[in-house]
Amino acid sequence: MRIFARYRILLPVVSLAVVLAATFYMQPRAMSYFGINLLFNLAVPIALATIAQMMIIMVNDIDLSLGAFVSLVACITATFLSDSPMLGVLILLALVLCYAALGAVIHALDLPAIVVTLGMSFVWGGLALFILPSPGGASPGWLRALMTVKPPYIPMAVCASVIIALVTHLLVIRSGIGTVLRGVGGNARSVERAGWPVVRLKALAYGLAGLFGVFAGMALVGLTTSADANIALRYTLLSIAGVILGGGEFTGGKVSPVGAVIGALTLTLAASFLSFLRLSPDWQIGAQGAILILVLTARLLFTRRDAEA
Amino acid sequence: MKLIQKPWLWSWLAAAAAFALTVALTEGRGAGELAYAALSFGAFAAIVGLGQMLVITLGPGNVDLSIPATMTLSGTLALKAMGSDPGTAWMGLGVALLVGLGTGLANFALIFLLRLPPIIATLAASLVYQSLAIWSNRGLRIKPPAGLADFATGRSFGIPNVALVGLGLSILIWLLLERSVWGRWLLASGQNLRAARLAGVPVEAVRAATYVAVTVFAAIAGYLLASFSGGAALNMGAEYLLMSIAVVVIGGTSIAGGMSNVPGVWGASLFMFLVVSMLNSYGAGAGVRMVLTGLIIIGIVIAASTRRIPR
Repeated sequence: MRIFARYRILLPVVSLAVVLAATFYMQPRAMSYFGINLLFNLAVPIALATIAQMMIIMVNDIDLSLGAFVSLVACITATFLSDSPMLGVLILLALVLCYAALGAVIHALDLPAIVVTLGMSFVWGGLALFILPSPGGASPGWLRALMTVKPPYIPMAVCASVIIALVTHLLVIRSGIGTVLRGVGGNARSVERAGWPVVRLKALAYGLAGLFGVFAGMALVGLTTSADANIALRYTLLSIAGVILGGGEFTGGKVSPVGAVIGALTLTLAASFLSFLRLSPDWQIGAQGAILILVLTARLLFTRRDAEA
Repeated sequence: MKLIQKPWLWSWLAAAAAFALTVALTEGRGAGELAYAALSFGAFAAIVGLGQMLVITLGPGNVDLSIPATMTLSGTLALKAMGSDPGTAWMGLGVALLVGLGTGLANFALIFLLRLPPIIATLAASLVYQSLAIWSNRGLRIKPPAGLADFATGRSFGIPNVALVGLGLSILIWLLLERSVWGRWLLASGQNLRAARLAGVPVEAVRAATYVAVTVFAAIAGYLLASFSGGAALNMGAEYLLMSIAVVVIGGTSIAGGMSNVPGVWGASLFMFLVVSMLNSYGAGAGVRMVLTGLIIIGIVIAASTRRIPR
């Protein structure tokens, strides 16, 4: 079991290292403080969104509304949070509570999460259009300062990723409540028999997802300094791919926060790597798909070997 | 079974209500045109929805995210092959069907050989198909042959031709599901894959056929849509990703698998078009329209869940 656990995190690390080495080989000048910061800058919001998706996948559900939700948060951050911070904070808190309520409703009425979140993606998208019909807004100054801070020696993007990974690892893997939450994904019925209120646990998992979704939207605005209603729609699929790349599984509560963050970094880096390759732009999207398939194939080989051992 | 218990009833009631509310605003004028438009646009959603329904019937975790990319690729390649020359419509259809067959087999190869979860496999593959479409399209906008364009936008017996094609495909699927061994195998696999395998059902063959069927349907829809709208566009399939899942679930097909519902897909496809035109005619802006559409989808899912037999 110990080898298995070690292999699971090993593979995301190795795939990140391979893509990173290939990038540095193609473009040695990227191997600097400034270069690394540029490479991984946009990975911070994606990593946060991936963690949010992981919270949902952890309890055996899937969130198809995450991209629209992050876009909505970005719109609110660029308008309300920037103009009247108190109101902005209240709205964002209300959104997190909405997510928690959604989790409770999905469990209480035994609804298919994939469909409810599909419906919610229209709701979030509509609200975002309502708030910001055309691209615009401004990033709050403190947020901009936070996202562009330059710590000594280690670029901000790397610092942020390490902190995100560490905090969520402690929360999901090490803490008692995190273990119970993963248990809901593993076997909700036995968690219920053991006396835990599953409705509240699901609400907690969804609430955490909403919280990290809010962080993702804020981080994104801190980097881009403006927002529009479609700014993060691709995050839905990116975040699912990130969780799976990081060694997570769709069922059974098997997730890895550290892996998810590494998966998000790998996906972001793959895009930069492809532009360094001078690949025709026609094939950039396809090559991302190919990389995704390659990494997952490698994972298959690893798990097979492990099963034999 | 009583009529009230039919799972497809709700989507048809919702579609009828949306239709009535829209027509009430204009006091009956334009009812015929509205129905005609709903049938035309609903047909595309119904065709991709039928394919998605088969995949969802396979059970939890089975969903095809490559529908938009397959539609775009088939529309692009078919129009390129035809090159606006008259008399090439059947050849174009052949190209589209080959695209559907190819993408379906590729999807299933990823799922079966690499044991990838279908969501990830079809997602990753769809990126490759999208690239192929971008590469072969190169920003060109080739017009469909005149005869084909006339067929796609025309009508027979007062019904849009695309709706007739969709209807034909629906009857085919209904016969397959209700009257053929293959349909029984599909339902059995969706209800319990392990039990079906132990009972001697060739489950992998059933899954392969299903994943090919969904992309062939998407390819047909892409071919028709490109002919209907006068050319293939790179984003022409985008809205059909969420649409295909929404019409299946609103139509009363169980997301847990093992239960299909052909008439419901049609009801839901008409409803999805009618609700947008209803909100449009009541003067709702784009934002409000989306919010209400989302809330209505969730409302229908909740309504559908409360009439389920308690376990």
